[in-house]
Amino acid sequence: MAGNKRKVQEINAGSMADIAFLLLIFFLVATTMNTDTGLVRVLPPMPPEDVKLEDIKVKDRNVLLVFVSPGGNIMVGDEEMQIQGVKDKTKEFILNPMEAENLPEKKETELELPDGSKWVYPVSEGVVSLQTTRDTNYDVYIMVQNELTRAFNEVRDEVAMSKFGAKFSELPEEQRNVITKAVPLKVSEAEPRKANKK
Amino acid sequence: MAVMKKKGNKGLPAISTASLPDVIFMILFFFMVSTTMRDQEVLVRFKLPEASEVQKLEKKNLVSYINIGQPTPSMQAKYGTATQIQLNDSYKTAKDIGDFIAAERDQLNEADRSQMTVCIKSDQFTKMGMITDVKQELRRANALKISYAATKSLGY
Repeated sequence: MAGNKRKVQEINAGSMADIAFLLLIFFLVATTMNTDTGLVRVLPPMPPEDVKLEDIKVKDRNVLLVFVSPGGNIMVGDEEMQIQGVKDKTKEFILNPMEAENLPEKKETELELPDGSKWVYPVSEGVVSLQTTRDTNYDVYIMVQNELTRAFNEVRDEVAMSKFGAKFSELPEEQRNVITKAVPLKVSEAEPRKANKK
Repeated sequence: MAVMKKKGNKGLPAISTASLPDVIFMILFFFMVSTTMRDQEVLVRFKLPEASEVQKLEKKNLVSYINIGQPTPSMQAKYGTATQIQLNDSYKTAKDIGDFIAAERDQLNEADRSQMTVCIKSDQFTKMGMITDVKQELRRANALKISYAATKSLGY
């Protein structure tokens, strides 16, 4: 042994890459990359004790009532509808394309663009009021929340497309902020109604 | 087979293994970046609802978790199958959320406190009454940024 030219025989490492890939594929399959995803909402702050709820009045035309019953039936405005119809109804409510009398008012608001110029956009005054009962299932609630978010996202996409020529998610942050101000996500999540009321 | 090996006559030239550590490190870094460490034991069983418009939660250190669901099978002997709220590592009631939020907020930098997000991870069959109680407590605790955890799906 001592007379050999090499002290240690070199190990053939050509298959090492294969082993590494094997490991990689094993981990890719076996582990989950669960990044937390969810629907982001901002709750309204608790009103001060001395302010009565009745003091805060919103015009009827500016409110879209979405009610989810214990059985998972959805009522939007005055009509019961399937989940598929919620998005379009909400979009119509936000946009009020025909300036209808019974749909929300718009308020001409001056928004400041990132390049310093001003942009006047009729911001909708509408608020979507989402109500549930205490017995409503959470998954129906999330499904409705999702449809409402989808309606707002689509409106934002449309406004972003006409103003900046790109989808909302593809815009730089400053322009996104402008669109967010032009189409605010106004979903009010009131306390649940009693099931027997109405 | 092995008996036939001739000394001093190599059939294959040695392949340099100098880059192997790089490969291993690459894999290591890949997993360090892409997978998440489980920082608390989940004591409730939940299947998250599905939604298509979900957003990723950024800045993990600013997120506090509230888990709502049935106790895991090993805990059911003690706590039964009624829906529980898990804060940190134990079952609590909605009343304790105020203290929990205050404690979580204390751990954050002064500058980050307004950015704090509460992630509500709830089973899909939870009743809204419980969620509403939690939400009211969050409002009272002034933790207003929340995220309803949901898995991404294509909608409907």
